[in-house]
Amino acid sequence: MKRIHWIAIISLVLYACGKKDVISTFFAGFETPANFPQPVYRMADNPVTEAGFILGRKLFYEPRLSRNNTISCGSCHIQSSAFTQHGHDVSHGIDDRLGTRNSPPIMNLAWMPAYMWDGGVFDLDLQPVAPITNHVEMDETIQNVISKLKAHPEYPGLFKQAFGTEDITNARMMKAFSQFMIMCISSNAKYDSVMRRQGGVTFTQQEQAGYALFQQKCSNCHTEPLFSNNSFRNNGLSISAVNDEGRYLATLQPTDRYKFKVPSLRNLAYTAPFMHDGRHLTIMGVLNHYTDNVQQTPNLDPLLQQNGTLGIALTDAEKAQLLAFLNTLNDKTFVTNKLLAEQ
Amino acid sequence: MRTYIINTLLFAGLFLTIASCKKESTGYQPETMAPLSIEFDNIAGDANLQLSTGNYKNAVGETFSVNLLKYFISNIKVTTSAGTTYTVNPDSSYFLVNESEAATRFANIKVPEGEYSKLSFVLGVDSLRSTMDISKRTGVLDPTGGMDGMYWTWNSGYIFFKMEGASSAVPATVDANQKFRFHVGGFGGYSAPTINNIKTINVDLTAGGVAKVRTGRNANIHLLVDIMKVFNGTTNVSLANNSQIMFSTYSLNVANNYAAMFHHDHTEN
Repeated sequence: MKRIHWIAIISLVLYACGKKDVISTFFAGFETPANFPQPVYRMADNPVTEAGFILGRKLFYEPRLSRNNTISCGSCHIQSSAFTQHGHDVSHGIDDRLGTRNSPPIMNLAWMPAYMWDGGVFDLDLQPVAPITNHVEMDETIQNVISKLKAHPEYPGLFKQAFGTEDITNARMMKAFSQFMIMCISSNAKYDSVMRRQGGVTFTQQEQAGYALFQQKCSNCHTEPLFSNNSFRNNGLSISAVNDEGRYLATLQPTDRYKFKVPSLRNLAYTAPFMHDGRHLTIMGVLNHYTDNVQQTPNLDPLLQQNGTLGIALTDAEKAQLLAFLNTLNDKTFVTNKLLAEQ
Repeated sequence: MRTYIINTLLFAGLFLTIASCKKESTGYQPETMAPLSIEFDNIAGDANLQLSTGNYKNAVGETFSVNLLKYFISNIKVTTSAGTTYTVNPDSSYFLVNESEAATRFANIKVPEGEYSKLSFVLGVDSLRSTMDISKRTGVLDPTGGMDGMYWTWNSGYIFFKMEGASSAVPATVDANQKFRFHVGGFGGYSAPTINNIKTINVDLTAGGVAKVRTGRNANIHLLVDIMKVFNGTTNVSLANNSQIMFSTYSLNVANNYAAMFHHDHTEN
């Protein structure tokens, strides 16, 4: 893992120096960070190559994916916001149409077994089809996208470099997207340095106290080191006007009603607002939800109603400690890594 | 001992003669592959299905028209009168029947020469293929939209059966244009269980005529597919109450109904 860390830093330095061919020199492919488990994405079916990654990145920032060539993936997954759409409670797509859910981060997806807030998409290679064809997001067909790419001066050559021939197929396009997306790895927060014992970095007393609280009160769901166990839970949000039933929509199991995927706690400094519908503007708002505002709705998680009490008990001092710890999960190299930016 | 050997040889010779006689009389070469087609001829009760122009009445008395009908047929197997089953290679065993494209009514396959009295297929797409790597799902199975709207992108899975139309029974409060939409799918779930609407259809060809598959011929198993059965069956579907049936538990009723819509009319040999 150390390699990626240093690659990122060296890349930044070199970019700052004005060099342009950083990727060719330093592209190391997909590497599992030392403190991460093995990825769940089927790497063998889609090995990451430099050319595939470059193509995937260009596609990710390609407005031709949308009906009127105005919206790219990067429009709602902005790198400086850890690939979310900062300032929007629900995603804001083509013709100013609004969705019903908050854009989740493109981050550490190789470790995620299902995508979307309800887990309805189980294969990363299938995920991009949803926003491209969704009426309120890009409102385009894959066939039209392929036609546009074939007519483009650069794409046939980029597909040849990535896949051997100039054929632009649906499957190749999806594989290229995946290659870029799984390379969006965030593993260089202070927390990671502490865990990897890098450069003598340690938690402050406040952060350490917050870490202990986190392990005691949060880690059942927000499991290290990805800070989500990828389960689906009802965390006691009040049911909103759109009555989003979450996981139930994907499984039709009554026990899944109002459950949503546990989001990662990495990069919270960049990803506000929070929750599936972006209802909470600040982390403090989220903590206050858990202490004071958990609602008894169908399938409320058992962990949030122990001993006849709703929510999680935290004093103001403990909240401050937790906030200090959560701050150690912010990864500045991730949101500034030029390799992941629009070129 | 000598007599025994002679008798054995005689018996063997006799057996071979009989076997070869039988082979000559049927003319089938089971080691040779020959064409077989299965025709999905969509009807509505006792009338041929006419998209948009035909008007039909379901069991609860609602008049409706149909302007779109598509469904997946897969995993075809045929069984000889002697009980030997042949499974078509999975890579060549997926078909999308689309009423508005006449050529798609035929599922064209190759099977060993022989006389087949049983046919089996799946209405839908099996879970293995539903979860396979995207590069292995081409043609009608391309999940990125090649089959035109037969895939749920937000909840990865094929729509097995799609029928849309219009009826004055559909409340205008539900759909301003009084359209009904039945989109039925659900392969049972990938990591968590959910509805399973995969239906295996078994058809006995004995009464309507066995399929005699030989090189140089094109046997055609002609099935009549009665869309009235989608509405009428164990559950009588009312468009007044259920006009937009998609990924829902109610779709189980529709799938149970349409599993009975295939009837073997005859075989052209």
